[in-house]
Amino acid sequence: MTWAAIAIALIQLVFFVFLAPLVVGVIRQVRARLEGRAGAGVWQPWRDVRKLLRKNPVHAEGSSWILTAGPLTVLVSSLLLCALLPLVGTLSIPLIPNDLFVIVSLMLVGVVALALVGLDAGTAFGGMGSSRHMTVAALVEPTVLLAIYALSIPAGTSTLSVIVGTRLQTPAVILSPVSVLAMVALAIAIMAETGRLPVDNPSTHLELTMMHEAMVLEASGRDLAWLELGSWLKLAALLGLLGNLAAPWGILTDLSIWSVAVGIIAVAAKVLLLGILLGAGEIFLAKVRLFRVPELLAGSFTLALLAVTASYLVA
Amino acid sequence: MFTNIYPQLIGLFAGALLLTSTLMVWRHSLLASIGLLAVQGVALAALVAVIGVEAGDAELLLVAVLVLTVKGGVLPWILARESRATTRITDESPRLNPTAALLTVAGLTIFSYVVIGRILIHVSSVPTHAAPIGLAMMLIGFLLLVTRRRARSQLIGFLLLDNGIATVAFLTSGGVPLFLELGISLDVLLVVVILYVFAGRMHTKFGGTDVDTLRELHD
Repeated sequence: MTWAAIAIALIQLVFFVFLAPLVVGVIRQVRARLEGRAGAGVWQPWRDVRKLLRKNPVHAEGSSWILTAGPLTVLVSSLLLCALLPLVGTLSIPLIPNDLFVIVSLMLVGVVALALVGLDAGTAFGGMGSSRHMTVAALVEPTVLLAIYALSIPAGTSTLSVIVGTRLQTPAVILSPVSVLAMVALAIAIMAETGRLPVDNPSTHLELTMMHEAMVLEASGRDLAWLELGSWLKLAALLGLLGNLAAPWGILTDLSIWSVAVGIIAVAAKVLLLGILLGAGEIFLAKVRLFRVPELLAGSFTLALLAVTASYLVA
Repeated sequence: MFTNIYPQLIGLFAGALLLTSTLMVWRHSLLASIGLLAVQGVALAALVAVIGVEAGDAELLLVAVLVLTVKGGVLPWILARESRATTRITDESPRLNPTAALLTVAGLTIFSYVVIGRILIHVSSVPTHAAPIGLAMMLIGFLLLVTRRRARSQLIGFLLLDNGIATVAFLTSGGVPLFLELGISLDVLLVVVILYVFAGRMHTKFGGTDVDTLRELHD
């Protein structure tokens, strides 16, 4: 059982490193096509990463080892996220359960490392980006915790594998009001956490409202590649989690060649479909003003809280 | 079959009621609030219909149709028509900022769970589990009444309060007699029409119905 779980974790890891840049490429391509541009093709993020990895990073004067260690920490936290979340299969390593709190604290490690990278060189933009990033993170984490807590009530445990497994066995749970409210709250929180449109605009540079792009301004070469890959992996893994919670079919529950193939194809289809929806949905959204971000996140927090209270409606 | 999904349906429609109430606090636009009020009316009618089918009560189904026409159709239609005709600016600047208001909604919901849990401790049927939603809607209605500045938006709060009272009545006692419901509905309808026309006249005469500026009597 343990070896099977480790094998699944490794499969997820390798597959998501391959999939994450592709998902970002698909999102960008969908946006480009809907906006009437030709777009750079779905493989462009892959080519970008390959190009950046060949280049040596240039460090600003006075920057410390954080600028080297931070990007690696971001990458490792995202890789661990990919390995632990129930993406291809619901088997979890007994020693490191993919518990709700483990996952949220892992995400927080990445967030803090990224904020430190932004602060390290001491530039105005980096500090601004980091401060905004931490504000959003402080508002997002409770929402994620509460939304998954609402989802965990039918399963009776906060282990994500078991939650997904329960939803696979009893599909009636998926369309209950609790689950719908919690999923909406979780979706808003994930959009904020991964820096997508209503909260942060991922496709602008040097604008006074940017968050993620402001923090990575000082990074270059290999460091930038790790940072970008880390944030893409996080996006792909969280989209995969959302997809598996909304439609758990196809996820594997025991290890065999056939079920691994089905699991990989299913999760790839879900992530790519969510990516296309995300890209198409972002066309219709404008970035909200920074001072209205807390309003959006308070709304999603309230939805999550209502989901928890609503789970006591159905006796 | 129906008995199996009965608690789920009650939960679904009660959840819809709570969700629309929350969104009314979230959205500032008057027209959006009116749209949400219509959705809420439909959800309330569906809730009544579900209770009626479970109880096998034909009168409750009639009440459901009445609720659907008055709260889901006529009232929002009148409100929307009047608002489109008279108000230019439909955005509201509430006294409480939306973040605080939403957190207050969360607090009020928890409070009503605590209170109803104490009151209905000996009654345990499927609908009474959802009864806190009704109280929460009443409290959210009061919140809207207190925090909104303009008379039209306060009217939305009043209607939400009325919906909350009706929800509590249906969920705890299995509904009110048809004649009583008919009377209440007509009453509310009349009050809304009068208030709305009145607000419209005030708007054209004085240029605004912001209650903060309505301090003295005009000739």
